[in-house]
Amino acid sequence: MKTDDMIAMLATGAGAAPRHVAGRRYALAIGWGGLAAALLMAVMLGVRPDLAQAAALPMFWAKIAYTGTLTTGSLVAAARLSRPGAELDRVPGLLAAVVLAMWALGTFSLLGAEREQWRSLVLGQTWRVCPFLIAVLSVPVFVAVLWAMKGLAPTRLRLAGGAAGLLAGACAALVYSLHCPEMGAPFIGVWYLLGMLVPAAAGLLLGPRLLRW
Amino acid sequence: MGVTAEERLKDLLVHGLAGDEAAYRGFLAGLAAHLRAFVRRRLARMPDDVEDIVQESLLAVHNQRHTYDAAQPLTAWVHAIARYKLVDHLRRVGDAPLGGDAIDEAAELLQGADHHAAEARRDIGKLLERLPERQRRPIVHVKLEGLSVAETARLTGMSPSAVKVNVHRGLKALAASLKETR
Repeated sequence: MKTDDMIAMLATGAGAAPRHVAGRRYALAIGWGGLAAALLMAVMLGVRPDLAQAAALPMFWAKIAYTGTLTTGSLVAAARLSRPGAELDRVPGLLAAVVLAMWALGTFSLLGAEREQWRSLVLGQTWRVCPFLIAVLSVPVFVAVLWAMKGLAPTRLRLAGGAAGLLAGACAALVYSLHCPEMGAPFIGVWYLLGMLVPAAAGLLLGPRLLRW
Repeated sequence: MGVTAEERLKDLLVHGLAGDEAAYRGFLAGLAAHLRAFVRRRLARMPDDVEDIVQESLLAVHNQRHTYDAAQPLTAWVHAIARYKLVDHLRRVGDAPLGGDAIDEAAELLQGADHHAAEARRDIGKLLERLPERQRRPIVHVKLEGLSVAETARLTGMSPSAVKVNVHRGLKALAASLKETR
């Protein structure tokens, strides 16, 4: 087929292009993926029994703000990487700033505590399972976000996969914080981050294979 | 010059995306000449592959047209797609990837134009025939014979929305089959 004939074919009956496809796909992915992660958390781990009391503490909201802003930031990154030629601009810097803010908070809390307390502030009660559980909870969101990306057109596949993984991890950490009893900023700064980086690394590795079109 | 090409083509695309088929056709035709010049410069050693990649890129642009955001420069969007298809092609033929600079210059994409289409080596018409019946027939009726979606629905016994979905899926399947044949 000659190129001119092909162009005629593509244009004929093309109609209006579907609009807001990216927004719709990401809303579905985060909605269903987040719901699945929340159900998984509720059934497998259970919401923390003292949620009402915890909600009165600033650190609880710091956790929500931390995971929430990382979710928002990585959602912006993933959405941009789903569009050919879109730039990330300052998004990676903003994500790093959020992590640094939690590290600063953690440093302050360590400086304000006795040396003997450092261990428990960093390791808490649950450091052995925290990253693993966040990674497990990230699976449904990861699958859903990859589905969303498959309907769009990422051209930097490794980065796009990494952003998908980070988004899944941040979303899972947000859900996990409703179960997690830990309230130390040093703990959040280390183990939550590690939990989110597991799916991000998986995305970096799998992106080029899973997202090709 | 680049600026005017950007503005002119972007205007055509924006109208095309809103449903103006003549504008959309003008956009694809204008873009094809730029893509051809862009690809030809980078595939000096494989002149026979140029038209194939032009067609592959045009099909990709069409299939992914819903990812274009009018707030974004057209050049960047088109360049990212053409670059992706070019790199993908080079990887498939086992050629060394082009140096970063050689294809990373987005601004230059709309500067050159080449209206001399060579023969493509792959025949998209033949590949079309190999699509499953439920995708092939809607494409033949709507895109080649120019029938309306409603007429095609009547002829094929599909619902109008199934006709549209199958046209879309068929063109995506066609893009996938382009990657496998060369």
